[in-house]
Amino acid sequence: MKSKKLSIPYILWMLIFTMIPIVMIGVTAFKDKQGNFSLEPFAKAFGYTNVFMKSLWIALLSTLICLVLAYPLAYMLTRMRKSSQNTVQMILMIPMWMNFLLRIYAWMILLQKNGPLDTALSFLGIHGTYIGNTAAVVVGMVYEYLPFMVLPIYTVMSKIDGNLIEAAQDLGSNNAAVFKKVIFPLSIPGVISGITMVFVPSASTFLVSQYLGGTDDIMIGDVIDKIFWTDQSTGSAISLILMIFIFVFLVLMNLFGDEEAIA
Amino acid sequence: MKKIISILLAAVMLGSVTAVLAGCGSSSSEGSSAPKDKGEVNVYSWDDYFSPGTGDLKNVLEEFEKETGIKVNCTTYSTNEELYTMLKQSNVSYDVIIPSEYMVSKLIRENMLQELNYDNIPNYKNLSERFQKLSCDPDSKYTVCYNWGVTALVYDKTKVKNKPTDWDVLWDKSLSGQILMFDNSRDAMAIAMQQCGIDPTKCTKEDVDKATEKLKEQKPLVKKYVMDQVFNEMEGGQSAVAPYYAGDIAMMMEENEDLDYCLPASGSNLFYDAMCVPTCSKNKDNAEAFINFMQKPEIAAENFNYLRYGTPNEKAIELIDEELKSNELSFPSEEYLNKCYVFSDLDDEVYAYMQQKFVDLQAT
Repeated sequence: MKSKKLSIPYILWMLIFTMIPIVMIGVTAFKDKQGNFSLEPFAKAFGYTNVFMKSLWIALLSTLICLVLAYPLAYMLTRMRKSSQNTVQMILMIPMWMNFLLRIYAWMILLQKNGPLDTALSFLGIHGTYIGNTAAVVVGMVYEYLPFMVLPIYTVMSKIDGNLIEAAQDLGSNNAAVFKKVIFPLSIPGVISGITMVFVPSASTFLVSQYLGGTDDIMIGDVIDKIFWTDQSTGSAISLILMIFIFVFLVLMNLFGDEEAIA
Repeated sequence: MKKIISILLAAVMLGSVTAVLAGCGSSSSEGSSAPKDKGEVNVYSWDDYFSPGTGDLKNVLEEFEKETGIKVNCTTYSTNEELYTMLKQSNVSYDVIIPSEYMVSKLIRENMLQELNYDNIPNYKNLSERFQKLSCDPDSKYTVCYNWGVTALVYDKTKVKNKPTDWDVLWDKSLSGQILMFDNSRDAMAIAMQQCGIDPTKCTKEDVDKATEKLKEQKPLVKKYVMDQVFNEMEGGQSAVAPYYAGDIAMMMEENEDLDYCLPASGSNLFYDAMCVPTCSKNKDNAEAFINFMQKPEIAAENFNYLRYGTPNEKAIELIDEELKSNELSFPSEEYLNKCYVFSDLDDEVYAYMQQKFVDLQAT
């Protein structure tokens, strides 16, 4: 009973700032301009399927790259001395002290024509454009969300009981086997929450592609941003579809996670 | 460690909140020595739209507070649509708003503006005749023009070989990948319509379709659709040519000597923003005092020196440096202005269609 009382502030918060807005989006999405019930906004929203696909693709790619970079890093972190762990963790967090937009600006300057990267590569005789394409968007995303992948994996890994590892070693496992049979399975919950924390915001983000992408790299977040001022119904419909996509993704992730934990 | 991180995160969040609050802080936070309390005036304006008192310039909002004792609360919007949505859908009270011409028409149509008492705005007589008779407010009942400008072309002399004369340079295949375009449906569509020989002020849905085709043709050549990013792109020598607002082009040219401008031969869009009092206002007298103050010649000149958009105030123009006064970007000739068109009234449905088509263009 007591615990229920304690959760009242959060439930109220959820109700006012999460549930009611979602219901409002839901209602708006089924209205036409005159305010009558209509499925037209959804018909219009599905006109942006290619943008949906592109956004999900960019998000998936960014998530994968983050995972590939973050997993070994998190693993190495757990094997360091405690003081070094803190230092490295701190360094990982430093970029997050700066405003998101400033960091994207910085990437824009790094990648632009006659910028540092271009100048350095020109010395080596390599000429090219490094901004205004999908790769630049993915780089921006990875930079943006990497800490969100490292931290949950590291937290879960550092909680693995040392006795389990010793037990595995006593039973004759070499390092590779210890990793495969003990550390990897136990780190899955961290990986799952890492993937969620990177995929969800990167699928719905906007601005990154506006600054780093070219004319073909518009993402679904940008479409919502642009269309919302004049056509709230279509904007809401797109948001709703995006939410459903992400919800399905999360459910799938959790199913996968549970199975792994049992195995 | 976790504690440190959470403290840092909290600090960052606090920091960002303060930054947001500070956005318009220059006006209200620095306490002025007001003569006596005369209430307040809630100004809802474009971001960075008054001289903030940097360098030799005066902080005009503070000057107003000092002179009248009325406290200015300033909030900002970044699109006309944002302004409209705020007025329409939330229970707010603003006393002075500064919408653009087409939004003024819309607000008048929907009875969202109050008629002004011009007896309280004696400085209105300082405005030139062209800007006293605005096409969005033909009987001059609701508006006092604040500033105006035209769209024009800015280009990089080192990258564009032949001096451009008209909008068609934006479709020049030899500049492929170096062309920037407005990321704003109205301005982009208007340019495309001019290229198709359509009058943008009287456009129909079919005309929008034609303009969209024209923009589709242009898309492979376009590097980016931009608004504020145009400054970085052009000042940094990243792109060759871009359409933008003339006052801002003057600013860019001060930063990069390689830049030059072109007032397109076929004419361009003459836009203006006008101060109005919305029906939700609770301090109409203060609002009129504010509007009047902004049309004082020395104040209007100060704002001009900061913004570089044309001022409608003839008395103010007399106070401006000769060099700035003769700048064609800030003050195009009367003949050129007569070639320009004004988006005074755009059908809601056509505008929504324009917006949708423009998003579709970018999404395909």
